[in-house]
Amino acid sequence: MSLPDPVAEGVASGWRVLDGAAQTQDLHLTCDVLIIGTGAGGGMTAEVLASAGLDVLMVEEGALRTSRDFRLLEAKAYPELYQESASRKTADKAINILQGRTVGGSTTVNWTSAFRTPADTLNWWGERYGLHGLNPQAMAPWFDMAEARLGIDDWLADPNPNNSVLERGCQALGLKHGRIRRNVRGCWNLGYCGMGCATNAKQSMLVTTIPAALQHKAGLLSRARVERLLLAADGKSVQGAQGSLLRADDHSSSGYQFHLKARHVVLAAGAIGTPAILLRSGLGGAQLGKRTFLHPVSICGAVMSQRIEAYNGAPQTVYSDHFMHTQPLDGPLGYKLEVPPVHPLLVGVTLSGFGQHSAQLMQQLPQLHVMLALLRDGFHPDSQGGQVRLRSDGTPELDYPLTDVLWDGVRRSWLTMAEVQFAAGARQVQVIHEQAPLLNSWREAKEMIGQLPLKPLLARLVSAHVMGGAAMSSQPDQGVVDEYGRHWSLRNLSVIDGSVFPTSIGANPQLSVYAFALRAAHQLREALKA
Amino acid sequence: MLTRRQLIKTGMAGSVVLLAAGWLATPQPDALVPGQAMQLEFLRPSDVQIIRSIAPVMLGIAGLPLDAVVQGVDRAITKLLPAVQQELRQLFDLLANRWGRRWLAGVVSPWATASSSELAAFLRRWQNSPLLLLRSGYQALHALINAAWFGNPASWGGLGYQQPQQVMGLLL
Ligand SMILES: Cc1cc2nc3c(=O)[nH]c(=O)nc-3n(C[C@H](O)[C@H](O)[C@H](O)COP(=O)(O)OP(=O)(O)OC[C@H]3O[C@@H](n4cnc5c(N)ncnc54)[C@H](O)[C@@H]3O)c2cc1C
Repeated sequence: MSLPDPVAEGVASGWRVLDGAAQTQDLHLTCDVLIIGTGAGGGMTAEVLASAGLDVLMVEEGALRTSRDFRLLEAKAYPELYQESASRKTADKAINILQGRTVGGSTTVNWTSAFRTPADTLNWWGERYGLHGLNPQAMAPWFDMAEARLGIDDWLADPNPNNSVLERGCQALGLKHGRIRRNVRGCWNLGYCGMGCATNAKQSMLVTTIPAALQHKAGLLSRARVERLLLAADGKSVQGAQGSLLRADDHSSSGYQFHLKARHVVLAAGAIGTPAILLRSGLGGAQLGKRTFLHPVSICGAVMSQRIEAYNGAPQTVYSDHFMHTQPLDGPLGYKLEVPPVHPLLVGVTLSGFGQHSAQLMQQLPQLHVMLALLRDGFHPDSQGGQVRLRSDGTPELDYPLTDVLWDGVRRSWLTMAEVQFAAGARQVQVIHEQAPLLNSWREAKEMIGQLPLKPLLARLVSAHVMGGAAMSSQPDQGVVDEYGRHWSLRNLSVIDGSVFPTSIGANPQLSVYAFALRAAHQLREALKA
Repeated sequence: MLTRRQLIKTGMAGSVVLLAAGWLATPQPDALVPGQAMQLEFLRPSDVQIIRSIAPVMLGIAGLPLDAVVQGVDRAITKLLPAVQQELRQLFDLLANRWGRRWLAGVVSPWATASSSELAAFLRRWQNSPLLLLRSGYQALHALINAAWFGNPASWGGLGYQQPQQVMGLLL
C-alpha cells in the first residue's frame, strides 16, 4: 500500500500545468488574471476567480512538489521547499527567516496553527490607519469562510509532550493559555508539517484551492521566477509580467524567458517577494518595502527529565497570550508563547554554542523542550520593522534593524520562558544566546539572563511570519494599496498576500492572509465580471 | 546597548579589516593534504581541509565521517543564492590564506595540523567577536557544519531520533 497523491492524479488527468524546467523555448501566454505566487494569498485568489469562470494563470518560482515528494527529510525539504534553503536572513544576518518556495508557498510547509486576526489589531488599523471597514464584525464572515474552506477547527487530540510542557508551566504560574485550532482533515499527528504533509491532511493551498482552481481550468506555471511587471505605455496600468524559467535544480535560470499578458495582475509573492517585484519594476513609491514585520522570535531550550520527543505529534497545539493581550498595544513589545517542532537539522543549526556543550545537548534530543516567544512588532513607535531592498543582482534583502525596544522584549521573553520551563519541571534551561550556559534553577536563570549582552548574532532570533512591505492604507500617500489590495496608482494591479498588513498581526498570520485574500478576491471578481 | 549606528560602524570596521587582510596577503594557500577524490561543486581542496579540521571541534564529536560532512556542506552551499555563495567564497578564501588564518582567525598552525584547542579558541574568538563580520563568519561555519551532519541520517542514532515508523513504509 502507498499513500494517495490527489495532486499527482490531477496532473495526470490533464490539468493545465507547465513546468518551467521542461520548456525548450521562451513562453508567451495570455490570460484574464495573472496571479504571481501560489501561497496563502495566491491560492485563495485563484480559486475564487477561476470558479467564477475567469481565465486564471498562476505563476510560481518554486517547483510543483506533491505528497509523494515529501519524505520527512529535512535535508531534502529545506532546499526543495523553502526560500534560500531555509537560510534566508536579514541584512545583518541577525534573524533567520523561513518562507516557503514551492507550489502552495509557505502553506505547504507551515505548522497549521490557525488564529483569527486579534480584535485589538483590527481596531488599531481602524484608529491609526483609517481602515475602519476592517473591524472584527466586518471581518467575521471572511474568517468563517476561510475556516470552513480549510477545515480549521478545534484540535481534539491531546497536545504532544512538547506542547504539554507549555501548558503545565502556564498552569503552575497562573498564566492565561489556550489550545490552538488547526487547518487539517484526517491528520495523522506525525509532526512533520514543516517538511510538507506526506498524508495530505494539512489543508494547505497545495491540496485545496490550487487543485480547485486547476479543476476550473486555471493554468499553473511553476519553476518560473517573475522579474518584473510590464507597464503599459500610459504608465497607469500593467500589461503582465516577465521573468526567467528555472532549471530542474529549482535555482538557476534555464536561459529561457516567459512573457505573460493579462487584463489584471495579482501580486501574491509574499512579503519580501511582492515588494521585490515592484522594486525591480521601478515602481517605488515612498512606502514600498518599508514597515516589513517579522514577529521576531526568541528561543529558550530546556532539558526535561522525561522524554518529550518534540519531533513527534502535531507541532503547535498550545499557546499563551498572557503577555500579548494584557498590556497596551504600543507599549513594551508583547509576545505570544508557543513551541516549535524539534528536528535534528533545524535544532543543530539553531542551538547556540559549539563543541562538547552542544554535543551533550544534542544527545539529549528526545528530552529537549523548546519554547518560542513571538514578539509583536509594528505598534510601538520605535518598532518600525524592516525595509525590503534589492541587491545588485536584483535579489531581495530585508534590512531589519534591531532596536532597543525589541531587545527589551527579547530579554523579558527569555525570562518568561525560563520561568515557565522551570515551573513545568525542567532540569536545566538555556536561552538561545551564544554566551548563555545551561542554568539549573529559575533563580540562577533570572540573574544570568539579566546580564546577557544583547547584540545581533549573539542572541539567535528567527521568524516564519513575514508581513507588510506593501501596506493597505486609507490614503494613497500612506500606503501601497487600498483595503481591497488595489494598487493606488496602477488600476489593474492588486496585492493579495501577507505584504498588505500595516503592522504585524500579533498572531500566526495564515488565517489573516486567507481572510483578507477572500475579501479582496471577491471584490475583484465582481469588478472583473462587471 | 548597541545602536544602529554603532552596528553599521562595527560592520564597516569588519569589512576594512577583511579588505586589508586580502590586500596584505599573498594569495598562498596552505599546503594541501593529498587524497580525497570527491565530486564537489563549490568547495575547493583548501576549503575541504578547513571543514575537515573544524567540524569535529564544532560538533564536539570524534570519529565523524568527515567525507560525508564535507559532501553535505558542499550540497548545502550549492542551494544558496549566488550572492551568499560569493560571501562564503570570500570567507573560505580568507581562512585558506596563510595571513588570514594567522591574523584574523588566530590559528598559527596550518589547518591540517592545528590542535583542537587552537581550533576551539578560534571558534570562540569569532563567536564572541566585537566585529559583526567575524561573528557572522562563525555563524556561517556553524550552520553549514551542523546542517551537513544533522541532516544526515547517520547522525540520528547518536541522538535517539527516529522517523515515525507507522508512515515510513507507506512512502514510495
Ligand atoms: C515553516 C513555517 C511555519 C509556519 N507556521 C505557521 C503556522 O503554524 N500558522 C500560521 O498562521 N502561519 C504559519 N506560517 C506563516 C504562513 O504560512 C504565512 O504567513 C503565509 O503563508 C503567507 O502567505 P503569503 O501569500 O503572503 O506568502 P507565501 O505563502 O509565502 O507565498 C508566496 C509565494 O510566492 C512565490 N514567489 C515569491 N517570489 C516570486 C517570484 N518572483 N516569482 C514567482 N513566484 C514568487 C513563493 O515561492 C511562494 O510560493 C509559517 C511559515 C513557515 C515558513
